[in-house]
Amino acid sequence: MQYKKTSSAAAVPTLPKAPTGIEGLDEITEGGLPKGRPTLICGSAGCGKTLMGIEFLVRGALEFGEPGVLMAFEETAEELTANVTSLGFDLPALQEQKLLRVDHVHVDRSEIEETGEYDLEGLFIRLGYAIDSIGAKRVVLDTIESLFGGFPNEAVLRSEIRRLFRWLKDKGVTTIITAERGDGTLTRQGLEEYVSDCVILLDNRVIDQITTRRLRVVKYRGSTHGTNEYPYLISEDGISVLPVTSLKLEHEVSDEIVSSGVPALDEMFGRRGFYQGSSILLTGTAGTAKTTLAAAFANQIASQNKRCLYFAFEESPQQLVRNMRSVGVDLTPWIEQGLLHIEASRPTLNGLERHLVVIHKLVKELKPDAVVIDPISNLINVGNINEVRSMLTRLIDFLKVNNITALFTALISGRTNQLDATEEGVSSLVDTWISVRDLEGVGERNRGLSILKSRGMSHSNQVREFVVTDHGIQLLDVVIGPTGIVTGASRLTQQLQEQAQELAYRQELERKDRELERRRRVLEATIANLRTEFESVEEELRQINSEELTRHQTFTEGRTAAVSEMSGRRAPDHNTKSNNQ
Amino acid sequence: MDTNPDTTTEDMDKEYWELRLYVAGQTPKSVAAIANLKKYCEQHLLGRYKLEVIDLLQHPQLAEGDQILAIPTLVRKVPVPIRKIIGDLSNEERVLVGLDIRPIESKLTR
Repeated sequence: MQYKKTSSAAAVPTLPKAPTGIEGLDEITEGGLPKGRPTLICGSAGCGKTLMGIEFLVRGALEFGEPGVLMAFEETAEELTANVTSLGFDLPALQEQKLLRVDHVHVDRSEIEETGEYDLEGLFIRLGYAIDSIGAKRVVLDTIESLFGGFPNEAVLRSEIRRLFRWLKDKGVTTIITAERGDGTLTRQGLEEYVSDCVILLDNRVIDQITTRRLRVVKYRGSTHGTNEYPYLISEDGISVLPVTSLKLEHEVSDEIVSSGVPALDEMFGRRGFYQGSSILLTGTAGTAKTTLAAAFANQIASQNKRCLYFAFEESPQQLVRNMRSVGVDLTPWIEQGLLHIEASRPTLNGLERHLVVIHKLVKELKPDAVVIDPISNLINVGNINEVRSMLTRLIDFLKVNNITALFTALISGRTNQLDATEEGVSSLVDTWISVRDLEGVGERNRGLSILKSRGMSHSNQVREFVVTDHGIQLLDVVIGPTGIVTGASRLTQQLQEQAQELAYRQELERKDRELERRRRVLEATIANLRTEFESVEEELRQINSEELTRHQTFTEGRTAAVSEMSGRRAPDHNTKSNNQ
Repeated sequence: MDTNPDTTTEDMDKEYWELRLYVAGQTPKSVAAIANLKKYCEQHLLGRYKLEVIDLLQHPQLAEGDQILAIPTLVRKVPVPIRKIIGDLSNEERVLVGLDIRPIESKLTR
């Protein structure tokens, strides 16, 4: 029994669903609208209820092979056809191929006189005939509430509408019923009490002069569904509900490296660049060459024969090209070769969601290898931080899934906390975060660049000074002064000081050498002097000595002579004799 | 006062009614409507009308042309403008007003 139970549990699938083919809606409803049951779409005027219904039919016919019937109570077939032609829906062609049937129901109270009992069997027969004639699986009733204007007897009408939905269910057609939103209720006539399987609420809100359309699945019996309000757009290709990407984190990753376009910056990364498919955030205060860095990156991508898509929210393409030429980055050839596409628009031109859709569309169209958005902070003008964050999350997801390297620049203000939130909001989403900032010193500002984070690779921890030259961005060598890294004029001062110190040191050495020499000479001179003195003293002593000797001799001779005189004449002889001896 | 009924009678003599009654099968409402309508026509438009009863169950494609939603529906095709009367036609006065038929004969009979 247990085995049987499990097998039956496996065999019973989730509620069968009819995919709408509307971008994003199938993800929110987890597969589409309940198959064979009615779904109520309500919303105020201008929400795109009719359009959603028509798109459901057209996509059903073209993509899922399910013919559909459109029963229009408000507009004629011609009007509807004209209205949706701009979206690329060719209703007459579909009608010819028996994939679609448009039945315009005209209800005019002034033409109708009521006498006695009646029912709406005619409507059933018409609808039944339309369904059977093309084998329709989908039905749109737009807007059935018009009947309330046409028939005075509300009690009959209500019971007939109840019967109609029952009958549609029995027929097994997936039905969309559109209804105008009422005051405090989902629909004006309380249709929600008849349609209880799935209710989708469309909303059109203007906040700060910017309109955003939002969609919410109010209820979906028998199925889980996204419960949030999702922004949606009516674009050139019909309705697209966001999120357009799945909110799962399971994308392929690349091990390839792409260069940043600034060789010295590459050197700061352990793997000499960014990972392909990663997202890079470049934050900085005003005038810190964010755009230049971004353009250098775009230039690098294009020069490798890869495609790059550049969203400029501040400058026109011409201005960007001109400005970048002045720093030696010539983007013109890439634009001509179709490798670089610059899409410039003011952020306020569109709502956030439309920007996202434009980005999606261009990415799908051009299949770029890299996308640059310069700057994302301008988008704050359009929505609040939460919206921007959710939009960027989806954008980053989308780009990552497609393995597209994304570089975002963001303007931050160092003084207020307000925009730090941008950093917080986005920084956790990106893989690499480069910060450029002003290094304001004594009377000047210089630009410094540092890497705050880089997932999956080592990176330099230095704050590098860089200059924007005629031939691009150049990172300068690190100069360390007594108080840390020095930049700009202090860097020059530091260098000059070092030179001066060097010179002084050499001079000191030379001076010491000379001093020594002098001392030596002095000493030598002294030595010579002493020697001379010694010599003279020696000579004098010698002189005295010899004089003494002579004197002594003389004295001795004199005494001898005296002695001999006293002893006669012989004495001199004797003396002579002795002298001779 | 005397001339007026005469002229209208003459006008009505010239005029010709083309009526279409849409029903769906033999439901009580449909049957009642057919019976009622036939009665009024015989009374007021004798010889000057053409009645066509269309069963939508057999010809569903015809419903679209006359914008039929409610059953039964009586459509006055001629004289123009087209008028529609829904319901089982049990209220004679309203039917005649709706069809723009002046109940001359009832006056005469009175």
